[in-house]
Amino acid sequence: MNELLRAALVIARRDFTAVVFSRTFILFLLGPLLPILIGMAFGGLGEKISSTDLRPVVGIAMSPSEAARLERAHERLAERMGEQALVRLRRVPLTPAPRIQLAQPGAGVVAILSGSVAHPLLTGKPEDLDKMQGDLSLIASAAQAEDTLRLVQVERQEVTTSTGAQAQARLLIGRIAQVVMFFLTILLAGMILSNLVEEKTNKIIEILAAAVPIDAIFLGKLMAMLAMSFVGIAFWGGTAFAIFLALHGGASVLPAPAVGWPVFLILAVVYFAMAYTLLGSLFLGIGAQAATVREVQTLNMPVTMGQMLIFFFASYAVDHMGSTPEIAACIFPFSSPFAMIARAAQDPAIWPHLLAIVWQGFFVALIIRIGVLLFRRHVMQSGGAWWKKLFRTTTG
Amino acid sequence: MIGDTPAPLPTLSSAYAVEGHGLVKTFGSFRAVDGVDIAVPSGTIYGVLGPNGAGKTTLLRTLLGIIDPDEGHRTLLGADQPLRMARQVGYLPEERGLYPSMKAFEAIAFMGALRGLPLAQGRERARVMLEDYGMGASVEKPIRQLSKGMAQTVQLFGTIIHEPRLIVLDEPFSGLDAINQEKLEALIREQAKRGVTVVFSTHVIAHAERLCERIAIIAGGRIRFEGTVSDARDSLRPQVRLRTRASDGAWRRALPADTMAEEGAWHFALPDTGIEPLLRALLDGEAGIESLSIERPGLHDAFVAIAGAAAAKQMQDAATPEAQA
Repeated sequence: MNELLRAALVIARRDFTAVVFSRTFILFLLGPLLPILIGMAFGGLGEKISSTDLRPVVGIAMSPSEAARLERAHERLAERMGEQALVRLRRVPLTPAPRIQLAQPGAGVVAILSGSVAHPLLTGKPEDLDKMQGDLSLIASAAQAEDTLRLVQVERQEVTTSTGAQAQARLLIGRIAQVVMFFLTILLAGMILSNLVEEKTNKIIEILAAAVPIDAIFLGKLMAMLAMSFVGIAFWGGTAFAIFLALHGGASVLPAPAVGWPVFLILAVVYFAMAYTLLGSLFLGIGAQAATVREVQTLNMPVTMGQMLIFFFASYAVDHMGSTPEIAACIFPFSSPFAMIARAAQDPAIWPHLLAIVWQGFFVALIIRIGVLLFRRHVMQSGGAWWKKLFRTTTG
Repeated sequence: MIGDTPAPLPTLSSAYAVEGHGLVKTFGSFRAVDGVDIAVPSGTIYGVLGPNGAGKTTLLRTLLGIIDPDEGHRTLLGADQPLRMARQVGYLPEERGLYPSMKAFEAIAFMGALRGLPLAQGRERARVMLEDYGMGASVEKPIRQLSKGMAQTVQLFGTIIHEPRLIVLDEPFSGLDAINQEKLEALIREQAKRGVTVVFSTHVIAHAERLCERIAIIAGGRIRFEGTVSDARDSLRPQVRLRTRASDGAWRRALPADTMAEEGAWHFALPDTGIEPLLRALLDGEAGIESLSIERPGLHDAFVAIAGAAAAKQMQDAATPEAQA
């Protein structure tokens, strides 16, 4: 085992330095920052768009006194519900008839409310009427009640804990952690597919295979790519944190996940490593069978689709803690890291995580082993029935 | 021993660096190695000769544990699982391969590290090796900037950097110019002097003849001969080359039945009875002897007799550019 690890470290070190000290690694680091910068630029634009008042405008074709009653009622309700919650009102002439006014160019209103406060008539397209009928009924009711409508004052009693709010917050943390982990694995694990192509095209595989067990080659490559991923994550995470501090001044208090932030962060790192190595070992095994870069590219799409399926499964489970699908997602090795990080956000128990990590680790080893044996059989053209050698210590 | 039925090998013991018994390796329906028995004595230079496609590379890969045999048993430096002895073995594959972006000394050190040599020590040794070999200017150069021959030298140094007890070289001379072939021969001899066992495959008989203490001739996946170069040569009777003034006469009856006329001379194997009766017949029959020579057969002649003329021709054709070099 020590020899296997030693050999794996030699391979890992070579791969890691070859990647990290290459010029393309700078692009790799900067690549994910581009969407953030673009997002920030478009975010400013979005803010401008959202500040523009896009609420529908309803024309009031009533006598001045009736129109004034509606306006006062609108104002009183807006105080409580907020301007954005209600349609806007604008007085329009009593003639011509609303149907004709709406057909004229430059009408400026979506629908017209005519008649009286007691018997209002709303004219407009059916879908607009569906949207605004309720709002206008409320405004008209408030206008009719006028002074007799007393708005009740709600007293405030502040508490420090609310399990409902906490559960909501933890669910959100679980979801965010899942999404972040998923994007990181989909961004980073796919690279492993083509990892053995260099060795095969440059004929180095023969030298490696003669010197160390192929298990060590696979393990070393996974370790190198995982280490490289951590470098990337540290860089992106650091940048994101700096941007967060710059925008929020560090004043925001994040709700704590069920296991607490320190344990949650440790688990997030471990589960990312597990998700990465689980998918990575599978990709390495699949990619190792490919002879050329073109074959690897062809494999990329189905592999990504597989990742998406796993993510959907795990994200369905996050809302259904303790349900059969959630437990299944925790047990199924490929969805397990995603389901378990969501569980860490919502459930304080630690032991299921220890169990899950061992379980996932076992599958990493198993998948590497199967990948190695298939590689020996199909690429190196060695050995007979591969399953007979599944649990031997090393090959060769 | 000559032919399809090899004589029994000596009992396996630690006196042999490499041993294989009944090795069989098939690819689909093709039997690349077909029941091979081999034993390489420790501390010798051992050649595996055969034409392309004879099964040399597959045999070496099987012995080294790169691929598993379908049948048979092998040991490498006494270990059933060859990779367990990887630290004491150096291997230069037929298809050379290096990481193109690695610097020359790093590539050598990396190959040493794969076989357990600490990286720092490997780097230091690699620099010395390259400088001693006259490649000091290439130490820091990436492999992609080196010539093919230089890259091959780097890989060869990577094969021996960790001072192995057993060196296996698959077609080591291929691609090298005459000077580098000589240097490689010297290096192999130097390693052998240190007690290292060197096994190499080649299709150039001259290299084997100059270097090897023992050889195995392989054709069609089978070992057709195993023994010393001298044994191989002695497996054929000495060849007589006779030139006479008379072209015919009673003396012709004294020539052996397999005599061939070639370039104005008679060629035949020395008869079991020796040369004296023939000489007497030639003199009595007034054949007019212009010249007569008795030559010990070369390894090439032995190879022709053992592996067949077709295999020998294939070897010769494949080796022509290198022989010229």
